[in-house]
Amino acid sequence: MTMPISKKIIFYILLIISALVVFAPTLMAFVMSFMSNKDIMTGSLPTSLSFDNYVKAFGQFPLLKYLFNSLIVSIVIMLGQLILSSLAAYAFVFLEFKGRDVLFYVFIATMMVPFEASIIPNFHIIRDLGWIDTYQGLSIPFFALAFGTFLLRQNFKQIPKELREASQIAGMGDFKFYLSVVLPISRTSLLTLGVYGFLTSWNMYLWPLLATTNDNVRTVQIGLKQLQTQEQLNDWGVIMAGAIIVVIPTLILLFLGQNKLQKGLTEGALK
Amino acid sequence: MGQIDLINISKSYDKQKSVLDEINLSIEEGEFFVLVGPSGSGKSTLLRMIAGLEDITSGTLKINDKVVNHMPPKDRNLSMVFQNYALYPHLSVEQNILFGLNAKKIDKQEQQKRLTETAATMGLTELLKRKPRELSGGQRQRVALARSVVSEAPLCLMDEPLSNLDAKLRAHMRIEIRRLQKRLGLTMVYVTHDQVEAMTMGDRIMVLNDGKIQQVGKPITLYNEPANLFVASFIGTPKMNLGKAVLNEEQGQLLIEDMLNLKVNPNVDDIPRNENVTIGIRAEHIFPGTDENTTHHLEVVNVEQLGNETSIAFDIGSELWTAKWPGQWDITVGDVVPVKIDMDNLCFFHSDTGDLIKSAKAGKKQEVVLI
Repeated sequence: MTMPISKKIIFYILLIISALVVFAPTLMAFVMSFMSNKDIMTGSLPTSLSFDNYVKAFGQFPLLKYLFNSLIVSIVIMLGQLILSSLAAYAFVFLEFKGRDVLFYVFIATMMVPFEASIIPNFHIIRDLGWIDTYQGLSIPFFALAFGTFLLRQNFKQIPKELREASQIAGMGDFKFYLSVVLPISRTSLLTLGVYGFLTSWNMYLWPLLATTNDNVRTVQIGLKQLQTQEQLNDWGVIMAGAIIVVIPTLILLFLGQNKLQKGLTEGALK
Repeated sequence: MGQIDLINISKSYDKQKSVLDEINLSIEEGEFFVLVGPSGSGKSTLLRMIAGLEDITSGTLKINDKVVNHMPPKDRNLSMVFQNYALYPHLSVEQNILFGLNAKKIDKQEQQKRLTETAATMGLTELLKRKPRELSGGQRQRVALARSVVSEAPLCLMDEPLSNLDAKLRAHMRIEIRRLQKRLGLTMVYVTHDQVEAMTMGDRIMVLNDGKIQQVGKPITLYNEPANLFVASFIGTPKMNLGKAVLNEEQGQLLIEDMLNLKVNPNVDDIPRNENVTIGIRAEHIFPGTDENTTHHLEVVNVEQLGNETSIAFDIGSELWTAKWPGQWDITVGDVVPVKIDMDNLCFFHSDTGDLIKSAKAGKKQEVVLI
């Protein structure tokens, strides 16, 4: 697209301003994480910058433990979602059984039920299983993901039926076909779903809050909240330092996978 | 090895209209058998039933005298080539060719031996490391063929394998497939909607329409003695010229489309008198008339110059007839040209049922003279 220089300049100025507005809180947090408490409270410009807050954040709280917990839980949820969604999607596309389409629509309909609505029954189940304060209690309720199944089903549908038939003639079973043909062909979509699943579970707050009672299994989002309420006067510098550490994995993943994530997420929508 | 028998095979979806109706057929070992018919005639379904990809509603399917109705595809010892080739996009040519062998757990050394042999015969040696998307249509086709050859199954099924290729390549692949089949002694079942492919490749052809067998036979038999109007109009390019006709006994003449009169030998006894019949005549049997033998003068409505022959179209009543004359003729649209139509070259069909009453007498004889 070509446009006159003047118009371009105006567009870019507007874009920069809105970028600043949108990004301001993050920027502030970033700057504040290097400032001393006195400077933050008086609202003045930073007089000195230091890593003190970061040292404190790691020293005062089991931040590393929280990060580790979050990592474990997020990776387990991501893997669980990938495995279950792709298996379900495979069944919906390649296996023929009575009522398949009806079942799929019922399955998809669960997307309309927000997780918050099912939180109480989920909590009961976890509690009765004695899974409070365990990794499985934190991760397993999120394994079944209608959105993921939907996304992968759309993708699998683009695989020609003849590939399945050719492998049937060659004497290949469903599971081997799924492993050696379907999964490699849909790499992109699996990657998208993986990133999506990881980020969502990394940022999860409500469920870990309910399902954990001690620091051994708490995730980092809960930890952050603890930073805030531990003392009477909030140590904003330390909180911001913690927040910056927490968003780093998110940012890295987003930067790396931005293109693929966009492509993958819209793929299902356009067809 | 590789004989197929179909006994009263029927197929219907949801127990309603049948897609295939009481198919009885026996395909010999080492035969190149072509299933031809318009789209929706059930030919692909029949092939897929032989492959085991489709359930058989009723009837018996035997391969090598063994009932295989419920045998899974992998145990039928056959290979199949699909219309869109069904190559695995994430695998290289080599892996694609070996895909089936890996699944069958064939010894690695044996795999490599077969791979090198097949790649050499199919001219794929240079391409083994490439991915399917880096190949041209013809090359993909050859990979698909190689995958089927390498399995060394005695029975090979092909579902319109050439329909995605351009005309020149198609003609070339026709010959290649045919030679390959003869050399390996494969029993081949080949599905196509293209009657030229059927005619040029098949040892025997089965014409299928609306799930019913129209005719089974050698290509030349189908051409010369079509069993009914459908086969007559389906086999041959251009299609057989058809027209309604009545044989009037008193006047001793045959009136075609209320327009053409033909003198009839009163001894012809096998054609119903004073009754509506449909006649058919091949384009090459409408000869250019000379001074002595001209029977009719017809107005030309279209001329196609093909170089080696000239195709001329006439309006005959409600039908458009074409004549094929060897050589180049300087004719323009609107000319009235003399033609010779001979009683001996006419095929007669029942107008109601479409069945053949009498085929062209001169068919075979003329064929030899012309070529």
